[in-house]
Amino acid sequence: MTNLEKYDNAFMEVLQLDASALNDELVYESVETWDSVGHMMLMAALEEAFDIMMETEDILVFESYPKGKEILSEKYDVAF
Amino acid sequence: MIDYEALLAQKPYGMTQPEKDAFYREAIEDLSKHHAANCTEYAKIYRQFGAGFALPVRLFKLKELKSVPADQVRRTMTSSGTSGQAVSRIFLDADTAARQTKVLSRIVGDFLGQGRRPMLILDSSAVLKNRTMFSARGAGILGFSIFGSGAKYALDENMELNVPLLEEFCRKNENTPVLLFGFTFMVWQHFILKLKEQGLHLKLNGVLIHGGGWKKLTELAVDNDTYKQEIREWTGIDTVLNYYGMVEQTGSIFMECPCGRLHASIFSDVDIIDPVTMEKKSSGRGLIRCTSLLPTSYPGHVLLTEDEGELTGIDDCPCGRKGKTFKIYGRLAGAEIRGCSDTYEKR
Repeated sequence: MTNLEKYDNAFMEVLQLDASALNDELVYESVETWDSVGHMMLMAALEEAFDIMMETEDILVFESYPKGKEILSEKYDVAF
Repeated sequence: MIDYEALLAQKPYGMTQPEKDAFYREAIEDLSKHHAANCTEYAKIYRQFGAGFALPVRLFKLKELKSVPADQVRRTMTSSGTSGQAVSRIFLDADTAARQTKVLSRIVGDFLGQGRRPMLILDSSAVLKNRTMFSARGAGILGFSIFGSGAKYALDENMELNVPLLEEFCRKNENTPVLLFGFTFMVWQHFILKLKEQGLHLKLNGVLIHGGGWKKLTELAVDNDTYKQEIREWTGIDTVLNYYGMVEQTGSIFMECPCGRLHASIFSDVDIIDPVTMEKKSSGRGLIRCTSLLPTSYPGHVLLTEDEGELTGIDDCPCGRKGKTFKIYGRLAGAEIRGCSDTYEKR
């Protein structure tokens, strides 16, 4: 599985979304499942998928589908 | 209005009390004006008593107090009162909710550092089942989850110890500092007493953060020292940090430092009020009045609690954190019995 596939799978499984929903418009609280509970579940899924542990600050600024990719690639060496 | 970004960039315990007093005078004036302009109920109070008048916490049970239009309310938080009791309802818009999370992160980060730790939540996984109505308990767990990674729940849905999970957690984190989080009374009743009952000693190292009130433990004659001792004995955890906070001012909690004092950060302040004259007291016991700079979607910036406390110092804690420190004696006798996050009724 590529990193992008892992990333997308976490979003689709945790937030119960179709692939078509994964785009730049997908931001925190734009869908019902991405609330504060969903957010922590998503973070846990991503940490497990990439075997990383994110910093508190990054959890807080992870507020959209594109922003997440940026954080993972810049700070955690996940290449997309 | 308050420049929250600038405030968040500052050290959470870096402001001396004289600096803070000057800053708060203006900030509370601004916040009071904001709420008076946006909340009709608050406007009446403001006209009569002026800026910074402390609302009794129970007012949030009697009135729907909000300073934003209904369609901007993202989440309603409730104190988890027992059945038959009225609950407080706190209305959060996106800005206030986000601010609460950021401030909590700054405050707790000062004690834990930026790195996250494997986390064990000393509660039942059932707490977060209902995602639309947030109880104080659910909000607390969720709020603190940002400091942990891969959070596990120590208790099953029936509030019983999940022993296999605990053993696995200990094995995995033998050499890693961990974070334990729970509510004061529930940690005692459903975790420590159960470990004792089963003679199960955990070998962990790290920090336990707990809050929610001592009311029930005071009845059982368990004080903070005994609590810490038992935690150390049964889990191996030797840093136990209590916090004081309330659903009406989520985020800007008061953390206990390793010297055992509760600290007000730059995001909130505390005063002791004489319950008879309603004047501020510089020494001795009185009612705790809490000021928080966070709420803009509801007028909860200055609140008179029903808890009794006493100041223990100003800018002088050996831990180096500036500002006021205090201690709590519990609910003031005669105050209304009030649901808090330690209300868990036995089924």
